Order: sequence, then C-alpha cells, then structure tokens
Amino acid sequence: MMEYLLLILGPLLSGAVVTLKVFFITLVLALPLGLMLAMVRLSRYRAASGIANGYIWLMRGTPLMLQMLFIYFALPFVPVIGIRLPDFPAAIVAFVLNYAAYFAEIFRGGIQSIDRGQYEAAKVLGLTYGQTMRRIVLPQVVKRILPPISNETITLVKDTSLIYVLAMNDLLRTARGIVQRDFTTSPFLVAAVFYLVMTLVLTVVFQRMEKRYAVYDD
Amino acid sequence: MPFTMTDQLMITARDIRKRFGTLEVLKGISLEVKKGDVIAIIGPSGSGKSTFLRCLNHLETIDGGNIEIEGETLVSTEASGACRYAPDATVQRICRKMGMVFQQFNLFPHLTVMQNLIEAPVVVKGMNRDAIIPKAEALLRKVGLLEKRDSYPSRLSGGQKQRVAIARALAMEPDILLFDEPTSALDPELTGEVLRTIRQLAEERMTMLVVTHEMAFAREVSTQTVFMDDGEIVEARPPAELFAHPEQQRTRAFLEHML
Repeated sequence: MMEYLLLILGPLLSGAVVTLKVFFITLVLALPLGLMLAMVRLSRYRAASGIANGYIWLMRGTPLMLQMLFIYFALPFVPVIGIRLPDFPAAIVAFVLNYAAYFAEIFRGGIQSIDRGQYEAAKVLGLTYGQTMRRIVLPQVVKRILPPISNETITLVKDTSLIYVLAMNDLLRTARGIVQRDFTTSPFLVAAVFYLVMTLVLTVVFQRMEKRYAVYDD
Repeated sequence: MPFTMTDQLMITARDIRKRFGTLEVLKGISLEVKKGDVIAIIGPSGSGKSTFLRCLNHLETIDGGNIEIEGETLVSTEASGACRYAPDATVQRICRKMGMVFQQFNLFPHLTVMQNLIEAPVVVKGMNRDAIIPKAEALLRKVGLLEKRDSYPSRLSGGQKQRVAIARALAMEPDILLFDEPTSALDPELTGEVLRTIRQLAEERMTMLVVTHEMAFAREVSTQTVFMDDGEIVEARPPAELFAHPEQQRTRAFLEHML
C-alpha cells in the first residue's frame, strides 16, 4: 500500500504543480485587475461605469467553464480580435477575466464602506484623490475585505480543477486518470489531502493577515 | 479688539448662495474675517452654519457669491450669474491655508496618533520624517497627548480624538482653522478639554471660525459672534453685545431657548 502511494505521488505532485500555477497566476493578475474594475465601476463617468457593470454581469452570469471553452475553441473564429491561444494561456485568460469580476465586487463593497469623512479629512489636509485612495482608503479597505477575499481565494484553488475540459493534467484529472487505470479510488483520497493542505495553508495565511490588521479598530 | 492687531483680511465672503436641489440653504451670506479673529457661528440646526463653513474650504461648491482667502480669489461670480472657481491647483493651494476640525473627528483609524499627524506634512509637503516628528511631538504635548503618540485612535476617548484632530490640523501650519461643531459628538464631561484647547489657540491669536452650540464658549472666547438662521446671517456682533442686547427678535428667541 505504502509503495503504491509513493508510486502515484510523483504524477499527482506534477498535477498539483499545474493546479498551483493556475492558482497563483490567476490570483496575481486578477486582484489588480479587479481593483481597477472596481474603480471604473465607481467612477462618475456613467459610460465607463456602465461598461464595467455589464462586464461584471457577463462574467458572473455565465459559467467559468463556458468562458474557458469559448476562449479556447470559439475565440479563434471571432473576427478582428480572434486569436488562437494554447491551452494553458487560454485557461489563465478565462480565470483572470472571471475572477477579476468577483474581486471587483468585493473591492467595490469595501471602498463604499469607507466613511465620507475619511475623504474629507484627507482633502482638507491637502491630499490628492490618488494619495487619498492609496494611503487612506485602500489600506482600510484591505482590512475589511480580507474575509471575502479569503473565501474567493479558497474557491479558486478548487475551481482550478475545471481546466480538465481543456485536457490539461491538473491534480484532479491526474488522479482520475490513475483511478481509471488502476481500478482503485485511493488516488482520489490523496488528491483530497493535497487540496486540503493547500486550503489549510491559505486559511493560516489569511488568519495571520487578519491578526496583523487587528492592531486597530475602525 | 486690541489696536495692535493687524487688519489683514483672511477671509472675505460675499453674498454666498448654496442650494441642495430646490432647497436654498445659504441665501446670501457675507462675512469678513481678519487675522486673529475668533468667529463663533451659532444658530439652530439646519440654519446653514456647517454648510457655510464647508463652502469656505471647497468641501461644498457654491452657486453664487465670491470667496477670497488672504486676498486670493477662490471663487467669484460674474454679472451674468456664472460662478467661476480658480483652477484646481490654485484651489488646492488656497485651501491648504485652512485647516479643519470635524464633528466626527475623522481621524485615520489605521494610523497611530503620530502617523495621523505626520501623514499630510510628509505626503503633501514632502517633509522629512525626522524633521516633522519633533514638531508633531510638540503639538501633541500642547494638546496634552504626547503619551498617546503610538496609540491607535480607537483607543482614545472622544475628547482625546478631537484634540488629536486639532493637532493634526495644526501640523500643516494653517493660517486659519475651521471648526465644525467640534464638541457636538462628545459626552458633556469631555467637551471641556476640547474647548480649553481651542481657547488656548485663541489666546495665541489663531484665526478661527467655530460653528458651535456652546453658548458660554462663544460668549467668552469669540471676538465676533455670528447668529445664523434659515440660511442668513441675522446678527453679527461682539459677543458681549450680542448676548446682552440682541437686536433681532429671532436672535432673542434663540438665545432664550439656549440659555
């Protein structure tokens, strides 16, 4: 039994590497994009705000798997913007576009929860709008949105398993391949342990961050 | 007022008009503030006191009238009725001459007391941290809160928060301080410490406009008390006269109600 586990550990680990790659690249790109979307959504320019709103509706209103399939299979045939992406970049683009929409709504909620008085105090002290956002508003927003961001991030770890539709060997698809080959379900259990370890690490990281921000109360 | 005072005009507001939708909240306010003046603005809630103050430093935009700060035009109104503000950069520079203290303190909760004080001098004026910290310490000592320098605002009482807010405004070295009901959010036993700090500034000849409900404070500290009602200045006189012999019926009614 132990020998068998060691035997399948190698392929499962390389599957986990694919999973982690999709996870980290998505997180690093979708967070800033989400923040920018939220700012556009909150801007006083009606047209820009409306476009951001429509984008968020589209991305949250259709399945991530559909978006991935569209970018991989249908995008090459779209006039003008049509490009053919290899499987990994196609998956990343779909994940980033999708998660940015969810992050945008979290950022928007956080930004809107900051009291008007903070903006006024910053303004009368001479801070520009940019300085006010960077130094006064966003640091407070981060504290408030940590719990929902943590939620979304943990969901992302598990959503990465959707890339199997593009025939990429992530952790879950690798496990399933071994299950079908060897007629045993134990690779599923090992995969479950892998996911649990990843989400445990994230949980601890976010708890630490929340603790760090707990030095002050609003 | 003593003869030694210079007559330098700090604020000239002429015929300020302001509407919120169809509601006219300021119906032509005119006021001159000279260097060293302490103007107390009193009046019933909703009379436009706070709005007037917020128009002076561009937290609200006006619909008519002129405002000059230390001889520089912030906003003027043409004969046609068009209200024209100075260019953004000029507005910012002019408004930086005025500090403001809010009813709700509006300290930055994620920064310590010391960080609250040095934030604007460092970010806006580009001052060196090491250069500003001794000055900030002196200001905290002045408001009696040096030992709280590393505390976060949530650990302070309301009165302490407001004194930090005053120190934070002073750290930018304004020529004029605007106070928007600085004690209205405080428990009665905490108003004294804040009023003492403002009184101390008055003794140092700081030019101040104070919107307040504290009648005793207005009477004792202000050089001029302005009574506002329904978007207008009803009476503006030295407090000794205004409180003892109000000329207008509306002023009398208000003072009888308050005292």
